[in-house]
Amino acid sequence: MNMVNLTIDGVQVSVPATYTVLDAARRAGIKIPTLCFLKGINEAGACRVCLVEIEKARALAAACVTPVGEGMIIHTNSEKVRATRKSTLEMILSDHNRDCLACIRNRNCELQTLADEYAIRNITYEGEKSISKFDDKSFSIVRDGSKCIKCGRCVSACNKQEIGVLSFLNRGFSTSVGPAYDVSMADAPCIYCGQCIIACPVGALHEKEETEKVWEAINDPSKHVVMQVAPAVRAAIGEEFGYPIGTRSTGKMFAAMRRLGADKIYDTNFGADLTIIEEGTELLGRIKNGGVLPMITSCSPGWIRFCEFYYPDFIPNLSTCKSPHQMEGALIKTYYAQKKGIDPSSIFTVSVMPCTSKKTEASREQLRDSDGMRDVDVVITTRELARMIREAGIQFSALPDEGPDMDLFGEYTGASVIFGATGGVMEAALRTVADILEDKDLPKFEYKIVRGVAADVKEAEITLGGMPVKVAIAHSTAGARKLLDAIRAGTAPSYTFIEIMGCSGGCVCGGGQPQQPAQVLMDIDIRAERAKALYEEDVIMPERKSHKNSEVMSLYKDFLGEPNGHMAHELLHTHYCKKEIYPDSLVDQQ
Amino acid sequence: MGKTKLTPEEMSEKLDVIIASHKGEGQKAIMSTLQEAQGVYGYLPLPVQKKVAFALGVSVAEVYGVVSFYSFFTLKPKGDTVFNVCLGTACYVKGSQLLLEKIEENIGVSTGEVTTDGKFSISACRCVGACGLAPVILVNDDVYGRLTPDEIPGIIAKYKEA
Repeated sequence: MNMVNLTIDGVQVSVPATYTVLDAARRAGIKIPTLCFLKGINEAGACRVCLVEIEKARALAAACVTPVGEGMIIHTNSEKVRATRKSTLEMILSDHNRDCLACIRNRNCELQTLADEYAIRNITYEGEKSISKFDDKSFSIVRDGSKCIKCGRCVSACNKQEIGVLSFLNRGFSTSVGPAYDVSMADAPCIYCGQCIIACPVGALHEKEETEKVWEAINDPSKHVVMQVAPAVRAAIGEEFGYPIGTRSTGKMFAAMRRLGADKIYDTNFGADLTIIEEGTELLGRIKNGGVLPMITSCSPGWIRFCEFYYPDFIPNLSTCKSPHQMEGALIKTYYAQKKGIDPSSIFTVSVMPCTSKKTEASREQLRDSDGMRDVDVVITTRELARMIREAGIQFSALPDEGPDMDLFGEYTGASVIFGATGGVMEAALRTVADILEDKDLPKFEYKIVRGVAADVKEAEITLGGMPVKVAIAHSTAGARKLLDAIRAGTAPSYTFIEIMGCSGGCVCGGGQPQQPAQVLMDIDIRAERAKALYEEDVIMPERKSHKNSEVMSLYKDFLGEPNGHMAHELLHTHYCKKEIYPDSLVDQQ
Repeated sequence: MGKTKLTPEEMSEKLDVIIASHKGEGQKAIMSTLQEAQGVYGYLPLPVQKKVAFALGVSVAEVYGVVSFYSFFTLKPKGDTVFNVCLGTACYVKGSQLLLEKIEENIGVSTGEVTTDGKFSISACRCVGACGLAPVILVNDDVYGRLTPDEIPGIIAKYKEA
């Protein structure tokens, strides 16, 4: 490798020639502040916070985009550098709504951290404020233009997803970030994956907070509150309470949820095991009866919206299975209500999800019963759960390890836990389908070939019941695009089964998960770390195949009848419809 | 711009030809495609922006971002005859603001607007590159230089007759 020698703050380092000054400084153990930089996503050198002084250079240089050069002598902390960074920050702050105390990102804001680090005590530049828009019309994503610092991280994150709903609009002082015509996120062809929220360093983009609705239900004696929590939440919620990335917090998570005061706590993993039975049966049915193949998973509502907007020709390929928490919600309001003798209309179902798109999913017309009653009343994100825990004064680290309530929907297998990582749904399905086709309890059931984040599209050929089957997995909508374009063009092999997740890495890196500062993300692949926590839990579960979930099996015996049967179809399956991108009626045409 | 009126079908056909010639070219072709499209329609309504975006393989928001960035692109239809007044530095110093006001007064609409009959619209631009002729106005593709406000009614009359 071609190496370059340079001196940073008196420290001599030798780094690969492909490094930027920022990379080299990190290698030398020197921290350079950043704001618009987001590794692998936004590398623009736009905010000027990472400026450094390079001897003999004409001007200060942005460390994040300046390549290293042989013999460079760099100062990251000279008087000139410090003063310039400070005035840059003051200028950014001069057009920023500094309502920090009431901001959703209070104490978790990269701009606030910099203002603190650079001891900003007054803003010298008090000029005009740009006109901004506040948009909270969608069920998932809120845009607060008054907080936006135009760093471009969200625009790049959306482009990385190859969706491009967010763009810079207008020019100069009137520049803003938004969809075409600056329409609401509710009217834009947005899939609500929330990667823009994860990318936002400030409070300009955030989830639609619904914690008050949950508190209200908990405090309403006439409401019976049933909470469920998705697998990916346990892999990340610890980060909100100071635990290292990748810490598995299953026990404390359940203990905290119980202490919030819900009447019942379940794991969405039960719904995941059930999904495998329904989806596996659907797949075998399609193979046997010449149905539409490849069949594509339907757990990720971001992916579903992506399909409905951008690849509607693949709607017949989508599994008709509801996503696991919607299945579980539907069962809570029917089977559970019946068993417990509770009026379904007094049951309030809350799903804790790593996902912002789930909020919109739960509001879908197709996910209500014939009287308009929703399967799931409220979806809160991992971040919102953490806020509720803090608000309740619960000391997370002091909690004992507990589990979900163990009646009716308490049991889950290792197969369901891995749903939260890319390849997990595929592996869980393969474990069950292989057993069914071979009609035995196969001792080898780990399919490591479908795991991992190295590629955004993975494929494998697997022998199921003696026949070779081609499968593919895509995570991120950019990956989905690549895969579906190849299928459309006829250049892909004929797959039987495909798993698609809207977010890179799968649900563990969903838009509702804890936000880590860009500086932390420089050194760590958060997708892999969080996934590890789930595979860790898979291994310790007594049962690791969905069809070994005895409660799922007795649910069929007691209530549902056959997998894919009439009752199952009524409660556990759904349908999709093509969505139009920016309908002409959206804008008043002249 | 719009001297011979095309029917919506003809405009659509022309747009299809333009789009076909840029298909799949991506980001780099946004500006040139939009410029050609505006040449046909006189402005860039949402349906046109969508067609351009889908053909090039870029997002509608990105196309709108370009349209809203450059003052040359317009989201509103213009008149059959467009009075374009240069407000670049040289023309401005030579009094082009007064020309603009005179035109507004005579046409009866403000800058950026179009008359109700759709015949005239007024816009302002920054430097047409004819500073030696300052102050300059463009009427459609005709250039008028070294003007005084008194000459404006005569020029307008020419286009009203046409």
